[in-house]
Amino acid sequence: MTAQPLSPPRVPPAPVVARRRRHRGTVILPYALIAPAILVLGLVLGYPLVKLVLLSLQKFGLAQQFGTPAPFVGFDNYQQILTDPELYTVLVRTLAFCAVTVVLTMALGSLLALLAQRIHRFIRVTLLTMLLLVWAMPPVSSTVVWQWMFDSQYGVVNWLLTKLGADFQDHSWLDTQFSFFTVATLVVVWMGIPFVTFTVFAGLTQVPVEVLEAAQLDGANGFQRMRHVIVPFLKPVLLILTTLSVLWNFQIFNQIYVLQRAGGISRDTNLLGVYAYQVSIGQNRFDVGGAIAVVMVLLTLLLTGVYLRQMAKQEDQ
Amino acid sequence: MTTESISPPGRTAAPAPESSSAASVRASRASWRPGGTRAGAIAANVTGVLVIVLMAFPVYWMVNTSFQRGIDITGPHPKFLPLGTLDNYRKVFHQGAFLDAMRNSLAVTLMTVVAALFLALLAAVALARFRFRGRGSFIVAVLVIQMVPLSALIIPLFKVMDSWQLINSVFGLALVYLVFVLPFTIWTLRGFVAGVPVELEEAAMVDGCSRFRAFRSITFPLMAPGLIATGTFAFIQAWNEFLFALVLMNRPAKQTLPVWLQTFNEGAKGTDWGGVMAGSTLISIPVIIFFLVVQSRMSEGLMAGAVKG
Repeated sequence: MTAQPLSPPRVPPAPVVARRRRHRGTVILPYALIAPAILVLGLVLGYPLVKLVLLSLQKFGLAQQFGTPAPFVGFDNYQQILTDPELYTVLVRTLAFCAVTVVLTMALGSLLALLAQRIHRFIRVTLLTMLLLVWAMPPVSSTVVWQWMFDSQYGVVNWLLTKLGADFQDHSWLDTQFSFFTVATLVVVWMGIPFVTFTVFAGLTQVPVEVLEAAQLDGANGFQRMRHVIVPFLKPVLLILTTLSVLWNFQIFNQIYVLQRAGGISRDTNLLGVYAYQVSIGQNRFDVGGAIAVVMVLLTLLLTGVYLRQMAKQEDQ
Repeated sequence: MTTESISPPGRTAAPAPESSSAASVRASRASWRPGGTRAGAIAANVTGVLVIVLMAFPVYWMVNTSFQRGIDITGPHPKFLPLGTLDNYRKVFHQGAFLDAMRNSLAVTLMTVVAALFLALLAAVALARFRFRGRGSFIVAVLVIQMVPLSALIIPLFKVMDSWQLINSVFGLALVYLVFVLPFTIWTLRGFVAGVPVELEEAAMVDGCSRFRAFRSITFPLMAPGLIATGTFAFIQAWNEFLFALVLMNRPAKQTLPVWLQTFNEGAKGTDWGGVMAGSTLISIPVIIFFLVVQSRMSEGLMAGAVKG
């Protein structure tokens, strides 16, 4: 039993009409149609990207910011960051945080989708509406709410834990690295779950009923049906969800930034995105910050390469 | 094709692009229930309720706190019923900064959504309806661009916008957001255009329609759900974005709502939790309303727009 014959219908490949009835207009038309998009993307994304690379190859500090010409220094900035142990610390921390949050988000999100299939209609609708609310909340709002719940003096979490017998009176959650990241993980996972649940839930409704029934008749138990029918069918969806979660959680910024401002010690809690921002804007070392940003871009492309290849391949078919 | 099935606005997105296939529609309608014991069903339902409580608590707590009086918020025992006062909301509205931020956010978001839908629709038609030299590279470029971490671009983008005198400009920020959402909107809309059989357009053209008219009166109405889905995506991105608004709009009068909230949160006299939660609630409301409206409109569009056979 493979996933092949079950895979959802494909969008038909770009039709060949244009070729069949080509007159002069149709040769130029597609280019005219994509021109505005290319223009905007080139100017506001491509050009800054080139500037970023140039910046990382120059000496560019506060003086250059105010007009002193910026000399080219080759790979000096890269050498500087690659020999700085701090970069590796931050990098490992970023990857670990990314891995933990992605695994938790994917696992909990998928479990919720499976659960949603099995519960009473009314509870299901309430659950999905709730998730919709969570999803719709702006990240800054969400983070601020969690910050408030974990507030050391008046936070409801400390109140509850103290009530339950533990001594959490005035306990500060953002002070130590571990509990800072516990709170950050809670925020990120909580915010990430709805998207995974919705997508997997939608995917589950597309699993053909006939195959599930046939499997059941053949004596497959719940676990076997999951492993041999549902998971293979959902594989493309799960792959994309995982890639997107990796992408998002690798470059996470808002949540860490807000929590740091609320009292986290930034040296111990920097992730790559915040680190690049601090080196650039906080310390006015735009050149070194640029090099960190370039490293970040390359790592992201590396992490999501599998997904990109898959998409490009599908486009070829 | 799988990206289309996970386009952003939740459960509405999934069946949309592939609705041309009767089989998938049938499969999605008949939801299969796994067999199981009664005890299992009860356990599942109890878990469901617990999950609802856990997931909903922060939302509830935000709304609850926003209605509490200051003394109750800092009291020894939190109050669990949101029946205290409207003062926090009054305070927020009396802050000039909030209304400014609201205006800026609305302007930026509106510009982003309109521009993104227009440019993406043009590009999507080109990709879905024509084969042309460079099509493949354009698609790959769109995919790769989506993967570039945007926070990496903050410094060069600041410099570029500065040289174009677009710092502290609503238009400038909207331009940046447009670029962020464009790859995804193009990619998604492409799926929706391709989902409408080209034969329909051809038939209209045989009947004497121009190519433009055939597109406008046949394909365009059929892809309404797609436009709504991608419009929602652009709306949410622009409304929620924080980092670029923080850096590119550095004058207080030019703040957008998320930046305003963060500034308010860091207020010098210690955080005013009632006010911050009221602000937080106010910022979330438009997004939530938008989501709920889109939910129903989207399924309507699907019903009306489904091309059978």
